[in-house]
Amino acid sequence: MKIGVFTCHCGTNIAATVDVEKVAQAAAEFPGVTFSTAYNYMCSDPGQNIVKKAIKEHALDRVVIASCSPSLHEKTFRKCVEDAGINPYLVEMANIREHCSWVHPEGEQTTAKAIELVRIAVAKVSRDRPLEMTYTPIEKKVLIIGGGIAGIQSAIDIAFANYPAVIVEREPSIGGRMASFDKTFPTLDCAACILTPKMVTVSQSEHVTIHTYSEIEEVTGYVGNFTVKIRKKPRSVDINKCTGCGVCYGKCPVRVPSEFDQGLGKRPAIYIPFPQAVPNVPVIDRESCLWFTEQKCGICQKVCPFGAIDYDMEDEIIEEKFGAIIVATGFQQFDYSVYGEYGYGKFKNVITGLHFERMVNSSGPTGGKIIKPSDGKEAREVVFIQCIGSRDEQKGVPYCSRLCCMYTAKHALLLREHNPDAQAYVFYIDIRAAGKNYEEFVKKVQDEYGAIYLRGRVSRIFEKGDKLIVRGADTLSGAQIEIEADLVVMATGLVAMPDAVSLAQMLHIPYDQNNLFTEAHPKLAPVETITSGIFLTGACQAPKDIPDAVATASAASVKALGLMVQDKLAREPLIARVIPELCSGCRACIEACPFSAIETEEIEDLRLRRKRTVVKVIEGVCTGCGICTTACRMSAIDLEGFSNRQIMEELAVL
Amino acid sequence: MNKSQIPDHSPQKNSGDRNLKAPIKDFEPKIVGFLCNWCSYAGADLAGTSRIKYPPNIRVIRVPCSGRVNPLFVLNCLMNGVDGVLVSGCHIGDCHYSEGNFYARRRFAILKRLLEYIGIDPRRFQMAWVSAAEGERWAKLVGELVEEIKEAGPNEHFGGNR
Amino acid sequence: MKYAYYPGCSLHSTAKEYDLSTREVANALGIELIEIPDWVCCGATPAHISMHLLSLALPVKNLLLARRIGSYDIATCCAACFSRLKIANKFMRDNPRHRAKVNKILGEEYQGEIKVRHFIDILINDFGMKNLAPRITKPLEGLKVACYYGCLLTRPSDITCLDDLEEPHLMDDLMRVIGAQPVNWPYKVECCGASFSLTKTEIVLKLSNDILQMACDQGAEAIVVACPLCQSNLDLRQPKINKKFKANFKIPIFYFTQLIGLSLGIEPKKLGLKKHIVNPLPLLKEKGLLG
Repeated sequence: MKIGVFTCHCGTNIAATVDVEKVAQAAAEFPGVTFSTAYNYMCSDPGQNIVKKAIKEHALDRVVIASCSPSLHEKTFRKCVEDAGINPYLVEMANIREHCSWVHPEGEQTTAKAIELVRIAVAKVSRDRPLEMTYTPIEKKVLIIGGGIAGIQSAIDIAFANYPAVIVEREPSIGGRMASFDKTFPTLDCAACILTPKMVTVSQSEHVTIHTYSEIEEVTGYVGNFTVKIRKKPRSVDINKCTGCGVCYGKCPVRVPSEFDQGLGKRPAIYIPFPQAVPNVPVIDRESCLWFTEQKCGICQKVCPFGAIDYDMEDEIIEEKFGAIIVATGFQQFDYSVYGEYGYGKFKNVITGLHFERMVNSSGPTGGKIIKPSDGKEAREVVFIQCIGSRDEQKGVPYCSRLCCMYTAKHALLLREHNPDAQAYVFYIDIRAAGKNYEEFVKKVQDEYGAIYLRGRVSRIFEKGDKLIVRGADTLSGAQIEIEADLVVMATGLVAMPDAVSLAQMLHIPYDQNNLFTEAHPKLAPVETITSGIFLTGACQAPKDIPDAVATASAASVKALGLMVQDKLAREPLIARVIPELCSGCRACIEACPFSAIETEEIEDLRLRRKRTVVKVIEGVCTGCGICTTACRMSAIDLEGFSNRQIMEELAVL
Repeated sequence: MNKSQIPDHSPQKNSGDRNLKAPIKDFEPKIVGFLCNWCSYAGADLAGTSRIKYPPNIRVIRVPCSGRVNPLFVLNCLMNGVDGVLVSGCHIGDCHYSEGNFYARRRFAILKRLLEYIGIDPRRFQMAWVSAAEGERWAKLVGELVEEIKEAGPNEHFGGNR
Repeated sequence: MKYAYYPGCSLHSTAKEYDLSTREVANALGIELIEIPDWVCCGATPAHISMHLLSLALPVKNLLLARRIGSYDIATCCAACFSRLKIANKFMRDNPRHRAKVNKILGEEYQGEIKVRHFIDILINDFGMKNLAPRITKPLEGLKVACYYGCLLTRPSDITCLDDLEEPHLMDDLMRVIGAQPVNWPYKVECCGASFSLTKTEIVLKLSNDILQMACDQGAEAIVVACPLCQSNLDLRQPKINKKFKANFKIPIFYFTQLIGLSLGIEPKKLGLKKHIVNPLPLLKEKGLLG
């Protein structure tokens, strides 16, 4: 064994407090070390050349670099020694900068510690084993969970690169939240006009498969090789026979509140959620359909000219393999009924922003008239309250939902456009209009559309006759305000979907205290998760407006495509390894493994001359945490790179 | 091995009852820290980049996860005369491997009781949760740990230093 | 059912009728109230705006006195006493620094273990509405009342833990049981002006006027309260309010215990109904609730 030790001055970063030359001299005496030197900047090109040259000249077979944290330059030096012909896993780093020179004063003790750290690294490297990268194949298909604008954009981008994408959408149609919006800020183009073409594009793409009215049932596997079970809920209408003629829902006798219209309008039991729905195939709501509740009616089946109605349809579970997953599950509105001061959600004329979107939509349930839901009369005095649920650590969420300032401004503008006599009052905490042309938009609403902005909170709303009394404070003038309003619109914040946590657990991705999915790095990896091969887009990660959702969708697609274009996937070999001869087959490691990366296999035990069950590590799934090694009573499972022998050797020289 | 760091403490070497031991003045304990790669090791790195000073008595062994630390490693250290051992991982709930520190927490709670049972000063083995953002906490932790081990005196339970 | 009874200063003076009616109701229902011997003022508002420690020590003094007569829950009626006793308890439980100081002053160890209960809470949760209903001999049918809770009964909600913070309903529930008809109104937890009664009366006049007006607008014939100061502001100040705002209020302000007493068939005299400024008897007579 010929170990080379290379100690770095790092300018004065190490050399100011550690006697680097003394470290290099001491290291030369350690067992196995045949070469030791020091240089100003080991990571620089000349520094790396010193390493390469020494490896060649002194026939070194293992290397210790005494410099900074391995998190900075372990990769650098692995590559460096590999270039010089040594297996890249035969290099160790002694962290004499972050853990020594920077945290201790100049002096003998600090130099002595540096020497010891090098001694530990030399001990470890002497037990290193040469390892090879492993390669796994990649399933060239991307799963997109959620068919809102973010999911649609992801699918379009992936299809454009000629890779197949599968959208799984829970609702009967893709389109998501955006489909129910009227206009979009700050340009006021109509949401349907810009969304519908994208929905059509995605539905017509030969590369995109859409499973609507479907949910994710189970996800197993790992990057490049996810196996996903998809539950297709029974639509009760044969998607292949139906032409979307619409005879069935014209004849259905049932009327229930429409989810798409936020309960402001009604829909039949067999329905399409909205006219531009994709696919344009109705679905039967079995909870309200007379056939399912009372075993009668059956009109839709009788009138369907194509025999597409199938009351006996059952759940269908399909299993598909994917190489990457994009999570685009979106958000739900904050439920404002927790606020007693706003009437616990009992006042009919207190509505949310999404209600307002439907109301102001000319094809919506009120035909674009802004009315009081209690009596259908036109609303003139309308109070908007921002930050409902947002920025409220007591009853809501601590974060800012980012888009409520903008959509409230848009609502105030649309209110005046639909009814020039109407007056908007907006209660706000702060106006956060940070976006291209956003601040200008808010200014326009204030200046040209006469919206009265009041900085303060509403302390109470109560009904008096057919009016709502809104009492609040205007902190800028210091006055108490009382407004007799016809309609109050709550700018409810964006919160995680109710089942976000169970999906996160299924996917093995982390989520934060607000149940929003956590990105791998808040700045440098905003669409990745720590589970490789799973990417985030849209409001499931944090509140996002449409431009942000679309931008992250394209970003996530690029990340997924980055996997798709590879022939095979290289994986670090620092994973668990089983020594089958030692394994007793107790399966304790299988219990302990958080990633289900260990399975059993039968081997032919040559000594016992019979078959025996032992465990085996699934290379693609193992993340190299090493939890199994501690569970094993036989030391039959070990972790490459941090093996028992390596650690024991480190401890032995302390 | 450089025992020169540890000043001679022969007067105490043969005093059987460790409770009678007074803290030794110039005793510089040797402490081993098992740090998980994702939180605690990065936290210690941050203490470095932030140039926060702490005593040089600790030797860090990098492991991927606190769940990788076998109790035998800890026992091995103590049997070889290391004065104190620290296992530090991600905060509960923050484990990079989602569950590793739960295993560590349970396993080492038991080990701690075992150590106490066999008469080892409980201060000699400690657990901590230090995140990658807690450089300051890491430095403070090491400072306190060194003070406590100094009070506990040299580890002679297994016949002194080797 | 035994409780250590802490009436507080108001119930021994301006709100005598609250004390009388509470004792009568308790007596009729077999709830034993043992008045804490030698109780002192809870400190009310003056204590906590002058000295924090005093505002804790005074209520704790009373709790300690209660402890001497046995381990009973404390029953109290006054909203301010209820609030001060509960706040003191919370500090004694959660704040070791204050606990040490107060214990030193009073020379006794106390950790906030005694339960403080409002009489509403006792009626509803210990005695029970189901048990109350069959005892009602003279239901107050046709009497429309506005239940007014004021500031201190529900707030701060994490300390009082009595009723819904914004939309309290316990008194309404009680009124329904005794046959009265509580109106739905939005001013249940508005402020009446409280202790500004003496220092800045005009504030009280304005706020109390709003409350009376809203109660009338919603069709209430009487207001039901659980706080001596609320009662005093709404009742005592009515003539002045009428003068200042050119109004003509003649709306009786009852303690909830008085109405429960009536429904249990207790004589009006014993319930102190004659001690009000706005005479409630004409209304009760008109509704046929006195015979």
